[in-house]
Amino acid sequence: MMKKVLGRHEKHGAPDVSTSVLDAATTSAAGAAGAAIVVDHLRVVRGTRVVLPDMNLQIPAGQVVGLLGPSGGGKSTLMRAIVGVQVVESGTVTVLGEPAGSPALRRRVGYLTQAPSVYADLSVRANVAYFGRVVGVGADAVDRAIADVDLTDHADALVGNLSGGQWSRGNLACTLVGQPEVLVLDEPTVGLDPVLRRDLWEIFRRLAREGRTVLVSSHVMDEATRCDRLLLLRGGQILSDSTLPDLLARTGASDAEGAFLALIGQAAARDAASGVSGSDGQEGAA
Amino acid sequence: MNPRITLATAGRILQQLKGDRRTVALLLVVPCVLMGLLAWVFADSPMPVFDRIGASLLGAFPFVIMFIVTSIATLRERTSGTLERLLTTPLGKADFMLGYALAFGVVAILQALVASVFAVWVCGLDVAGPVWMLVVIALADALLGTALGLLASGFARTEFQAVQFMPAFVLPQFLLCGLLVERDQMPAVLSTVSDFLPLSYAVDAMQKVTTAVDPAIWGDIGVIALWVVGAVLLGSLTLRRRTP
Repeated sequence: MMKKVLGRHEKHGAPDVSTSVLDAATTSAAGAAGAAIVVDHLRVVRGTRVVLPDMNLQIPAGQVVGLLGPSGGGKSTLMRAIVGVQVVESGTVTVLGEPAGSPALRRRVGYLTQAPSVYADLSVRANVAYFGRVVGVGADAVDRAIADVDLTDHADALVGNLSGGQWSRGNLACTLVGQPEVLVLDEPTVGLDPVLRRDLWEIFRRLAREGRTVLVSSHVMDEATRCDRLLLLRGGQILSDSTLPDLLARTGASDAEGAFLALIGQAAARDAASGVSGSDGQEGAA
Repeated sequence: MNPRITLATAGRILQQLKGDRRTVALLLVVPCVLMGLLAWVFADSPMPVFDRIGASLLGAFPFVIMFIVTSIATLRERTSGTLERLLTTPLGKADFMLGYALAFGVVAILQALVASVFAVWVCGLDVAGPVWMLVVIALADALLGTALGLLASGFARTEFQAVQFMPAFVLPQFLLCGLLVERDQMPAVLSTVSDFLPLSYAVDAMQKVTTAVDPAIWGDIGVIALWVVGAVLLGSLTLRRRTP
């Protein structure tokens, strides 16, 4: 299975460090058949900076996958590439069997931007209703999305008058309303209190139980425990792609944060040993 | 393009405007105040200057105001991330552009009605042709402002830049459209340039309505319509689903 999945990569000559070497045992769980998102040799350059040098990745369907790592590591860029709004230099991103961003996907993929992108001068209900009409769902879906994020009591308040946490929940409701099969959520829980964060993670878990694929980015490491799989991104490279128990076993750490710090330390040491700094170092080492 | 999404977008923009009472009041009151001021300035003039300039200005207001309102509103969609989010949904670029054109078209009709009625019945603007034609020309002009505003906002990165596009796009047309000096009395080069600018046709049409009982405005409206279509097409090229 592994051979089949990675066969295309091999003809490029270089072994696939990002997934096969680090996590050979666990990667096969995300075989092509069950993958909702397949990233193949994705390279993204923003301005003069190489944000993603050469990314290969498979995200299994029906799971909550956490995209974790330090800021500036390429999390948002990867998400933008998956929803098809990022100019990519080379490589492909395939979502549900279609090229990322293709018209057929726009109803099936929901995107939550990092900054709350809703209309501050409209009520919560008006915002959700508008995004609902754009994807073609009715009033009951609007009510449900608002109830899901626990904003029913504030549905008629202007978004601009809400607190930061309510604002970002309103933002999330606009993504949930279309009931997309794949949800790409860029830091949906940032700045929220612990109770709300727990509630939102329960929603993500429920969405996955319904068979939806949920990709959630965060830089809060303790949220790792709520994910089925974890992706650790640093300097545009995937340091780890596995489940939390596998990650803990491999690093010998007691929690996600310790494991990530250990991996980041190893990566920095590899960079130093190969004599180059930053993300290019890993390419050199490979 | 999808009529449901276009209408939903236009409805959403109108809803935003409805919540902003002060903007609505400004949109309707400011043209009337300016019109009244202009009539007053020429009140003691022996020549019927207001009859000539008043109607032309009636055509220029909606153009200028809609240009500013649209370029700021679209820029807000870009900077707030709502545009990027919308472009990941089934919304087409044409839905976005036409949504704005429709919503501001409705505002323009209201504005043109109020300003025309005020100019004719309060300020005593003498119009030989039918008054409804003033509204039609003002509407065409407002759509022109919206279309050029959409286009201009594609080149603006900040609100400061967007506001600066007003003098850059609008004032040259304002100077050359025949409002200050009749177009055939300008130096030949400027007169030729003004033949290519859309606001000239709006002012021509307005002047025809004031002077002729049965004015032939449809040629002028056609030129404005071509500009609107061209600007919307060009503007939709500046809307990119994928950005660097």
